[in-house]
Amino acid sequence: MQVYLPIAEVSVNIFLVLGLGGLVGILSGMFGVGGGFILTPLLFFIGIPPAVAVATGANQIVASSISGVLAHFRRRTVDLKMGTVLLAGGLLGAGLGIGVFNYLKSIGQVDLLVNLCYVVFLGIIGALMFIESLNAIRKSRKAGGKPPFVRRQRTWVHALPFKMRFRTSGLYISVIPPLGVGLAVGVLAAIMGVGGGFIMVPAMIYILGMPTKVVVGTSLFQIIFVTAFTTMLHATTNYTVDVMLALLLLIGGVIGAQLGTQIGLRMKAEQLRILLALMVLAVCGKLALELLLQPGELYSLAPVGGD
Amino acid sequence: MRLLWSILFILTPLASLAEEVVLGLSQDKVAITTSFDGSEILIFGAVKRETPILEDSPLEVVITITGPSEPVTVRRKSRMFGIWVNTDAVEVDRAPSFYAVATTAPLSDVLSETEDLRHKVSIDRAIRSVGAPDNIANSALFTDAVIRIRREADLYQTLESGVALDQQTLFRTAIDMPSNLTEGDYVTRIFLTRDGQVVSSYETTIAVQKVGLERWLFVLSRQQPFWYGLLSLAIAIAAGWGASTAFRLLRG
Repeated sequence: MQVYLPIAEVSVNIFLVLGLGGLVGILSGMFGVGGGFILTPLLFFIGIPPAVAVATGANQIVASSISGVLAHFRRRTVDLKMGTVLLAGGLLGAGLGIGVFNYLKSIGQVDLLVNLCYVVFLGIIGALMFIESLNAIRKSRKAGGKPPFVRRQRTWVHALPFKMRFRTSGLYISVIPPLGVGLAVGVLAAIMGVGGGFIMVPAMIYILGMPTKVVVGTSLFQIIFVTAFTTMLHATTNYTVDVMLALLLLIGGVIGAQLGTQIGLRMKAEQLRILLALMVLAVCGKLALELLLQPGELYSLAPVGGD
Repeated sequence: MRLLWSILFILTPLASLAEEVVLGLSQDKVAITTSFDGSEILIFGAVKRETPILEDSPLEVVITITGPSEPVTVRRKSRMFGIWVNTDAVEVDRAPSFYAVATTAPLSDVLSETEDLRHKVSIDRAIRSVGAPDNIANSALFTDAVIRIRREADLYQTLESGVALDQQTLFRTAIDMPSNLTEGDYVTRIFLTRDGQVVSSYETTIAVQKVGLERWLFVLSRQQPFWYGLLSLAIAIAAGWGASTAFRLLRG
């Protein structure tokens, strides 16, 4: 069954789009990532124009994140205070990022930047997470399934001023690192057209030292606002949000997010991390190949003065 | 009396056309609805003539459909620092968003070069590139790229021998329009040719337009982008909350 999308101006199969939304929703609920880094390339693949895919993807992530975060609220695994600090940095970063995005779009290099960002960040994060979680699994096996208690080390993060107590995370740290993480993720989120969860989640675990249990809910919480902000910016400046496409994606997405949350709660943190790491590396590898191999079509078309 | 003479003078060139097109279209509007999935346009007609059919050279028919034209930027990738990067860009001044040409026989047989140039019938002639920067040696490659990419997407079609002509009088063809159409007026031209010369031509338009919900959403997104954005967000929030509540009720 086909449906015509008014803004994307293409006709797509309803069940294909519903399925895509569902898949991304499951990831969202399981890992606390918005799933944008998988959704956006998949939308390109089914023939949605890139500008529409990026903007509509952001809108869809709002829905699946809300669905996911409500489940986390009921389990009290959202650090609202930390989320708010991250968000303040995130909104500022998103504003900056949109500026960079529009400049690069005008000189025709936005695809390159987006791809490079994906390859570099997905590569680094995927590799780090993979190695770390592999070690964690090995250690827990040796110790007879009981993970050894590691006392948190004092790093540069603990030496900064403006300390604040984050009760839910059990942290007493400076607000500068979370603000910085939020800002960096905001910039990247706007440029890459994603929520930034796949950068945010590891940053919260490894830089801020937050417990994995709280990380997913808190990440989802701030993703809602950053992607809502991005959606509004795209809708008012580029007119590229396709509400029909978003509706189909999010019907699949919200259901998927609920399933994903259930699956996530039944799995061990290390297993969850290793799965996410593998997926991140797979997407990274595919994008790297696109940059390195000679493309089948060297030419590309774009309307004058835009993308 | 003078008035009558001038009217007669005006009429004379028309009357000298021995053969004229009487056209029928299966539809003169294409409505893009929610379930729109491309459209097949049936174009049929007859040749009206006052004189007997000329037997020395056969009559041929050329039919074109042209979508709204807009300038397009064509970018070319090349290898820099080991990765493929957009390095050159050329603006193709006028490129129709859709173009189909259907003929009764191979195009080169039914239309001479001069007539093609005059009426811009073949795909190559219908697209024009100007203003290529000096540093780009072969800007024709960029125009070729537009044609190649849009041919792949079935946006540009050449249907040689795609027009059926019976008794040198009745003609018909069917043209498939893909689902990713641009809105606007699609100009349909019919040329009758003999020996490669155009002996008569006829022009009409097919309006392609979004209707109903599609139209409403499109207009809203352009004219009230802020409210459109809020609408999108509201739907997203409602769906997210709704699903969460529904699942809790199901389990509880």
